[in-house]
Order: sequence, then structure tokens, then C-alpha cells
Amino acid sequence: MSGARQVKFYQVGSLAAGNRLLAPALRSGQADPDRSNALTCGHRACQGCGEALGARYVLDAAQRASGGKVIAVNATGCLEVFSTPYPETSWQLPWLHSLFGNAPAVAAGVAAALRAQGRTDVRVIGQGGDGGTVDIGLGCLSGMFERDDDVLYVCYDNEAYMNTGVQRSGATPPAARTATTQTGAPFGQGKSLPLIAMAHGIPYVATATVAGLRDLEAKVHRAMGMRGARYLHVLVPCPLGWGTASHDTVRVARLAERCGLFPVFEAVDGEVTDVTPIRRRIPVEEYLRPQKRYAHLFEPEVRTDVIARLQRAADRNVARFGLAEEEAP
Amino acid sequence: MWKQTEGSRAVAETVAHCRPEVIAAYPISPQTHIVEELSRLVRSGTLDPCEYVNVESEFAAMSMCIGASAAGARAYTATASQGLLYMVEALYNASGLGLPVVMTVANRAIGAPINIWNDHSDSMSQRDSGWIQLYARDNQEAADLHPQAFRLAEELSLPVMVCMDGFVLTHAWERIDVPDQERVDAFLPPFEPRQVLDPAEPVSIGAMVGPDAFTEVRYLAHAKQTQALEAIPRVSAEFGEVFGRVSGGLVHPYACEDADTVVVSLGSVCGTVCDVVDEMRERGVRIGALAVTSFRPFPLEEVRAVLGGARRVVVLERAFSVGVGGIVSANVRTALSGIRLDGHTVVAGLGGRAITKASLHRLFDDALAGRLGELTFLDLDTGLVERELARMARTRRSGPSAENILRDVGSNR
Repeated sequence: MSGARQVKFYQVGSLAAGNRLLAPALRSGQADPDRSNALTCGHRACQGCGEALGARYVLDAAQRASGGKVIAVNATGCLEVFSTPYPETSWQLPWLHSLFGNAPAVAAGVAAALRAQGRTDVRVIGQGGDGGTVDIGLGCLSGMFERDDDVLYVCYDNEAYMNTGVQRSGATPPAARTATTQTGAPFGQGKSLPLIAMAHGIPYVATATVAGLRDLEAKVHRAMGMRGARYLHVLVPCPLGWGTASHDTVRVARLAERCGLFPVFEAVDGEVTDVTPIRRRIPVEEYLRPQKRYAHLFEPEVRTDVIARLQRAADRNVARFGLAEEEAP
Repeated sequence: MWKQTEGSRAVAETVAHCRPEVIAAYPISPQTHIVEELSRLVRSGTLDPCEYVNVESEFAAMSMCIGASAAGARAYTATASQGLLYMVEALYNASGLGLPVVMTVANRAIGAPINIWNDHSDSMSQRDSGWIQLYARDNQEAADLHPQAFRLAEELSLPVMVCMDGFVLTHAWERIDVPDQERVDAFLPPFEPRQVLDPAEPVSIGAMVGPDAFTEVRYLAHAKQTQALEAIPRVSAEFGEVFGRVSGGLVHPYACEDADTVVVSLGSVCGTVCDVVDEMRERGVRIGALAVTSFRPFPLEEVRAVLGGARRVVVLERAFSVGVGGIVSANVRTALSGIRLDGHTVVAGLGGRAITKASLHRLFDDALAGRLGELTFLDLDTGLVERELARMARTRRSGPSAENILRDVGSNR
């Protein structure tokens, strides 16, 4: 974890410490007005898009970590579509989009080319949404993992196929309503790609959210300091698909973390090495209620049974990853 | 360097002499010997620098080549049959992006029914993928086409498929002059990409293109293949200057000058056809053969020039378009637009069935006697087909056709 975790500033209400309260070394790179901007303004993402935010945070941090020498390979999806209706590309770094299901293999190809050319200074990032990563791209991603290709792959997880109009993916959580799960996605389905990535024994796996900016940046820096296959799974709320207010993206991401449904941790060589403990844990209901995709759990009647099931899932995460806050000394 | 060797090995050694920097390898018969040999050449340090990557699928193989090529590396892979189909989405992507990947296709049938033997169903299914397609007549040409393929690909920024008949060529041992390193280096300059992913000059590749420009981008793909019609014979001629033999090019006419009947074919069967032409010529029959080496782009003018004076054309194809007939024939007809002559499509050699001289003699005699229809399946066992059709008419649950026919074949042995 970054040093930020040790700082307990409660005065900002959200439990997030303001950047200016930190020592300069601990501040977010995004606070620097002279930072590089991998994904510039003018793109066509929706207001409050978590993915645009996440991609910029990740790629800016990766550029800082590598002296600006980053090549990005993008899967088909929202991020690709909203950023490149030519001549209006928003990408300020070399960027390649090939197909929906092959970004990890294309990125591995770029890495192989760089290795053959002896260019160890240039680093490769593969990126995609949850559909491109956990479903259609999983074969290529698993291949990239098991070969330990020198690629940092980043999944921007908004928990459904948002680009095509909010359909269920393998990352859609139970009970969430999508255009293909009108009564809520079934329990007992779906997959955790961070755990699947860990099972490959790759050097680095981490989860993060767009609410924990310094944590996200620190993880990108750590990943960029390593070689081989690395995986970063970033929760990026989607106002359109989740039915949340555009100004609530960061808040909702923080609630996902604080209720325990989205565990934030990192793993080295397949073993969990660090977690972000939850301060002042909240019941899942507080996370579910602001989201229209869960509205059927509250109207016309409160589905306490379903909410309790989701609460148990959150409780299991807290127990499994040890997310309960340490007692104050 | 002359040696007695297997077609696959000759191709692998030639590819190695082309100095590919990234090779994506996935096994599928009958291509596997090529990537096996390349693996040996890379591990032994003969081919260095080169990243040899064992990928998890053909889709990944082509995707890896896309990434490598976009990063400025010379990229190569090989496949066949189901593997080619599994990478189809990436095939179109490589050509659409204008990436000069070179791939060997060890031609093999497509299932179901599963069949590992040779025909052209695989590469013919990709005739509209935007790749240049060159068909080798023999193993010498299969080897020789690879340096030419890299030259063409990189000159035009288009991917090139070198098609060689599975088993018939890939597994055949013969005396081959494998293009050596020195002469390949003299013939094939280093790869200078037209577009490259480079942090010093960032570009976006693979952007979305709407109706405002899509037609123009697609037209450009066609224009580049049209340029290949000029480049293919030029590159073949330059190859001839360096290596002292004729390989590649657009078409190869054989005894066509005074021919009334011309047989058009692709790949390894061309040699058999030429033998039959020789034998029929001894009987005084005015027959010739036309080998099409470049199927994409299709050399309309060259084909028209050769066939325009004939009275009859027989197109011998190792694949067909179900529900209509010939694939090569349709292209030949386009070349002959406005010219009246008898045209016959003959589907032959499917799934590895041998195309024998005896069958070809019968076939061409039928053509000369006016007994050949528009569409013929060479050596088709009509009895087997009719018995299965009868079973299907008799019983609703007649069962799986392939297995019924196999049982029928077995019981009649």
C-alpha cells in the first residue's frame, strides 16, 4: 500500500485524505499540473465515465514510471470507441486497437517485437473492459499470463457490456440488472479474474478503484517496476449502465470498496501480499441503493433475502482477504 | 544450397533466412513440421534475433503477428485448415491495418467431417480477406515464394499467404535448392515499416472509421492489390536474377500457344496436369495448361491473354462454393467477360483424394468429346451418394450422413 493508508484524515467526510495534506512525495501524480496526459480531453465518453478516469490515471502513472515510453494496446469497447473517431484521437501515446478478443495477444506481440529489437526501455500495456477481458479475451489473456509475457494488462471493470448497451458479462455481479438479465443477474455465476490471474502464478496482480487514486497510481508504479505478465483490475463505475448520477462515480466506487463487495488487494507470485482494510464498513444496502441496476431490490418491495445474500458475499470477501480494519492502538 | 529435404523443412529454413523477428507458433497438421523446424533454428541460435512464441491458438498467433508487425518487427506464422478459420477475424484485421505479415498455409480440408488431408477449402474461404494469396506448384517454389512474399508484403504493406498443398508438398522429400542466407540477404532488404508504434512519434492505429471514409479505406485495399499485379512479376523477375530460376509470378502457361483446350489449376496438381498435357499432345491433341500462382490479386488480363484464343477451358479446383460451384471458375469467367467459349468446372482432390493421370485423361477426353457438363465432381462415387439420399428419403432419423457413407464404403469392400 502507499503511505497514504497510514494517514488518517477524517475531516473531509469521505475518509479520503486531501492531496495537499500529504507530503509532496505521497501526492497523486494527477495533482501535478505539468503531468503527462495520455488520454486528453475532447473524447466522447459519457459524463462521469469511470473508465475514462481509470484509463487516464493508469496510463499517466505508467508514463511517469517509464519515462514516457509506453505503448498501449486496446481491446474493442467503450474506451476504444469514445477515444478515436479520427481525426480526433485522444491518445497522446502510441496506441493500437486490433479486435475485441485479442488485446493481450497483440500486446504480447508488441512486447515480443521490442524484445527482438533489443528495446528494453519501451513498456507495453494491454487494456480492455470486463467483457473484452474476462469473456471474449480470456483465452488470449490466459496465454499471455502463462507465457509470462512482459505486458501489464489492465481491465477496466464496469461489470457489463456497456458499449453495446449494458448486457451481462462474466463480471456482472449477482442481482445486477442488465439488458440481458432484466430480473437481476443470477447468483452462483460469474468469475473473479484477479483470482484466475493469481492462479497463473504471475508476478503481480492487483485490484483498485477509481476512488483510490493514490493507491491506483502506486500499484501502477509497482507493476511497471516489474517484468513479466502483470494484471491490474480496476473497478470503474458506469453512470449509464449502473444508473448512477454522473457526479457519483467516485463515490459509488468508494462505496463498493467500503461495503466489501469489491476487495482491494495485491498479490505477488500468486499470493495475496497486501490488502486495503475497510475503514468504517458500511452495509451493502448503502452501496446498492443509489444504483438503478439494483432498484428492483428496493421497489416495489424491499428484497431483504437478496440483499442479505449480497451482504453474505461481502462478508465472505472481508473474511477471505482480511479487510476488517485493524483496531486502533 | 541443394539438399534432399522435406518441403516443410525447406520452407522453414528459407523463412529463417528471411530473418523474421517474431514467430508465433501453434501446431496443426499438416503445417506442424514448419514451426517445429523453426523452433530448432531459433533455439540453436541460427536465427537470431528472433522471438519464437508458443501461443495458445491460431487466433492468438495472428494477433501476436499483428502486434509484432505494428511494432516494426518482421512477423511470421504458419497454419492450415481449422486453424486458418480460427484466425479469420484477425486475418481481416491484419490486412485492414495494412500489416505485412507473412503466413504459410499448408492447405487442408475443412470439417465437418473432420479431415486432415489436402484440398484448398481453407485458403479459398479467405480469398476476400485482403491477403495476397500465392499458390506453390512444387516444393522448390514453396520455398522460393517466401522471400518474395516478404518483399511484396513489406513493399505494399499488405499481408501475404503462401499456400502449399498439405502432405502432397509439406511432407514430400525431394531435392531442393534452399535459398541461402547470402542470396536472401541480397534479395530481401530489412523491413522498413510504413507505420510503427514508437513513443518518440506516437500514432494511433486502428481507429474507428465511419461512413465518411470507410469506402475510401477499403478501396485502398483493392488499389494495393492492383499494385501487386505489377509488383508480383517484377519481384519474381528480380528473384530470378539473384537465384537463377523461375519462381512465383502471376501465371504459368504451358503449351498454350496453339491450344484449343486449356486446363486451369492451382498448386501441386499443376505438375500432373502438365504430364497429362504432354501425353495428350503426343496423340496430337491441342491442349495446354495454365497454372495460376497469384490467386489474389487475380491476374484478369494475363488469364484472358492465355485463354482468349482457346475454344474450351477446364478449371480444375480443389475447393468449391457449395450451392453454386466453382470458385476459381468464377474468377476465370470474370477474366473472360465477353469471350464465348465452353467452360467446365471440375471439383477434384477434395479431402486428399488423389487426382490421378488416369482420371485426368478420362476427364479431358470427355471435355474434348463434348461429354463434360458445366460442373463435375471428379471420381465422384454416385452410388454412395444415391444410397444415402435414398436412406434420407426413406427414414426421418436416417442418422449422420458421413458415418452412413463410411459404413457403406466399408461394407462394399
